[in-house]
Amino acid sequence: MKKIVALLMALCMVFALCACGESAAPAATEAPAADAPAADAPAADAPAMKVGFIFLHDENSTYDLNFMNAAKEACANLGFSEEQFIFRTNIPEGQECYDAACELADAGCTVIFADSFGHEDYMIQAAKEFPEVQFCHATGTKAHTEGLDNFHNAFASIYEGRYLAGVAAGLKLNEMIEAGQFTADEAKIGYVGAYTYAEVVSGYTSFFLGARSVCPTATMEVTFTGSWYDETVEKEAANKLIANGCKLISQHADSMGAPTACETAGVPNVSYNGSTEAACPNTFIVSSRINWAPYYEYVINAVLAGEAVDTDWTGTLATESVLLTDVNEKAAAAGTADAIADAKAKLESGDLNVFDTATFTVSGDNLNDNIKVDADGHVTSYMADVDTDAAYTGDTEVVENGVFQESKFRSAPYFDLKIDGITLLDTAF
Amino acid sequence: MNKQNNEPLAHIVKRAALPWYRAWGIRLLAIVAALLVCALVTTVTTGENPVSVYAAMIKGAFGTARKSWITFQNVAILLCISLAVTPAFRMRFWNIGAEGQTLAGCLATAAVMICLSDKMSNAMLIVTMTVAAVAAGALWGFIPAFFKARWNTNETLFTLMMNYVATQLVAYFVIVWEVPKGAGQIGIINQSTELGWLPQLGGNKYLLSIVVVAIVTAAVYIYLNYSKHGYEIAVVGESERTASYVGIKVDRVIMRTMILSGAICGLAGLLLVGGINHTVTTTIAGGRGFTAVLVSWLAKFNPVIMIFTSLLLVFLERGADEISTAFGLNHSFSDILTGIILFFIIGCEFFINYKISFRKAARKED
Repeated sequence: MKKIVALLMALCMVFALCACGESAAPAATEAPAADAPAADAPAADAPAMKVGFIFLHDENSTYDLNFMNAAKEACANLGFSEEQFIFRTNIPEGQECYDAACELADAGCTVIFADSFGHEDYMIQAAKEFPEVQFCHATGTKAHTEGLDNFHNAFASIYEGRYLAGVAAGLKLNEMIEAGQFTADEAKIGYVGAYTYAEVVSGYTSFFLGARSVCPTATMEVTFTGSWYDETVEKEAANKLIANGCKLISQHADSMGAPTACETAGVPNVSYNGSTEAACPNTFIVSSRINWAPYYEYVINAVLAGEAVDTDWTGTLATESVLLTDVNEKAAAAGTADAIADAKAKLESGDLNVFDTATFTVSGDNLNDNIKVDADGHVTSYMADVDTDAAYTGDTEVVENGVFQESKFRSAPYFDLKIDGITLLDTAF
Repeated sequence: MNKQNNEPLAHIVKRAALPWYRAWGIRLLAIVAALLVCALVTTVTTGENPVSVYAAMIKGAFGTARKSWITFQNVAILLCISLAVTPAFRMRFWNIGAEGQTLAGCLATAAVMICLSDKMSNAMLIVTMTVAAVAAGALWGFIPAFFKARWNTNETLFTLMMNYVATQLVAYFVIVWEVPKGAGQIGIINQSTELGWLPQLGGNKYLLSIVVVAIVTAAVYIYLNYSKHGYEIAVVGESERTASYVGIKVDRVIMRTMILSGAICGLAGLLLVGGINHTVTTTIAGGRGFTAVLVSWLAKFNPVIMIFTSLLLVFLERGADEISTAFGLNHSFSDILTGIILFFIIGCEFFINYKISFRKAARKED
């Protein structure tokens, strides 16, 4: 009996759908005609400016969410209406990016931003085709060599943010040493990186230097996942580091894999891209992130004023492009917030340089023809691959006045030295 | 219940062949019903007006000249891969390795573009790319066919696993050729010189793929329906024993057909890398190798109808993208709509092949 009732009900639904379907069909076909004018009509009171944003993923990725929030913030600050900015999410790093950029230009956008490294070449293609539209690419490396007036790169001195986060990590290590949890020699940090790319190397090295500035015996192990977003692999990488004896974990990859692994294992975590405190209330210490809103506002204001946009723009602590979240007092060592504020003031005044060559050494297999070191192993000269090419040619002297000048010759990081004290567990990626 | 009558209230009966207009009537009703359910889901879950959602879908696929061109280009690539799997399917050889065969073609094209662009003229380079792509795809199709013909291995598992091998090979070479170091991506190959880029027809960068695939479609249609090979494929598909009995060398047909399948996939790879993306990534085929299975089945392995089924799927995908852009909805929502529509379209085939008979009254459900 039940079967029959179920079958009858199913049939009724089919009949009902068919019956309604016939009457609804004309409405559906009329749709485009009725809707089109409303969508195309420009808002009468808005200034003649439209901005397009291209994102690799959607808000489920912490990396893209950081960009999306910044874009919304910038548009709100500029008083833009809903019609004046278009978000294109889930745009892969392929021809789809070129298509999306061209479609945004077709739709009347005069500034188009893209957020992912792999978008760059496709943005350049589009920039060649639409010379009157400004194409701004975050994290890219080619604007200074392409010679296009309307293609721009941007980054931020996030190594300074990493350094400050490293200070928090070092203090935490000190606190755990004092509490007798392990000896000073066992103060090992674990770091989950995505690729052996300069952006990641620059990030973990500055983090390590920050930690070592307060905890001199600190060492670090780094492992790479070969993906910017792979929750399972990142979690396993963090677990591997913890099993190796790492007392504190940080990461440069975009999922919650490493932070949640730390929360489960009760190991302190210094996060990236934004706070993970909600998911990891007991282990989250602090997080650094790039705030892209100042860049977005800078470009849009420049275009509105008819001014040229910088080929390479590097946000700093002063422009509020490099931010740290609030310190989680529950997990962080006492006095962390003050120590960070202290170091931040020194970085801003120029008293302190993250990549001061006196603070690190390079030796052994990590030396190559591009690096010159003095008798103590301190770097005196380095030819970095600033002008991207397939042979990775070192083309620019980046050590000046005893400091590795990061983000000076182009906005994207190029610090890729392997310094003493950091062990790379694998470099396949 | 009636004791004298043990016949159930309703039962399912296989239909005799329906006249084409009734079969298409059922399909049309299914699409209308699908749109209705989608409308319901849209209104209930998002509060958006379903009519404007459908309008956005149409706008997303055909809103501007560029959007239309991109739509047709995507149709061309999906159709090309669908055409590739079709001969094998007609032969009842379940080739679900089109993704890997396409990737093999992509990788071969990229390898030639990267390694040989300074060693020969551009015309020669493009010829070499074409040969390499088609050969690589054909090889990727031939390997499982050879094992099937020789040792009767399971072609479904074999072709499926060849996908992963191809993906890992691409992943490996991406690291070998990455620019800049450590970035994990190749970027546009020969961006400044445009060496090895397939030519544009009449200055339109979308047209070449469309024209090539149009020719392939006609060729596959003729091959399957009017050639001796096509007939042999059909016989092997009906019954391998019959085929052997009438003197068809089944092993040879299987290998020959899979080489053809792979070669057409390789051609799709050539178009993807040489003509469209100018780079190679592990996701460049974008799941089309699996979507192609659906396209081919929906069209009952008929190359001409596949034009429409691939258009339908690309339209849904492009429309779905537009929905997430225009209404600020998560991309998953458009996937839900696509799922509902496909469910109805595939489900309606049941009502074309079967009818539900009731105990007494001869009610008809359509």
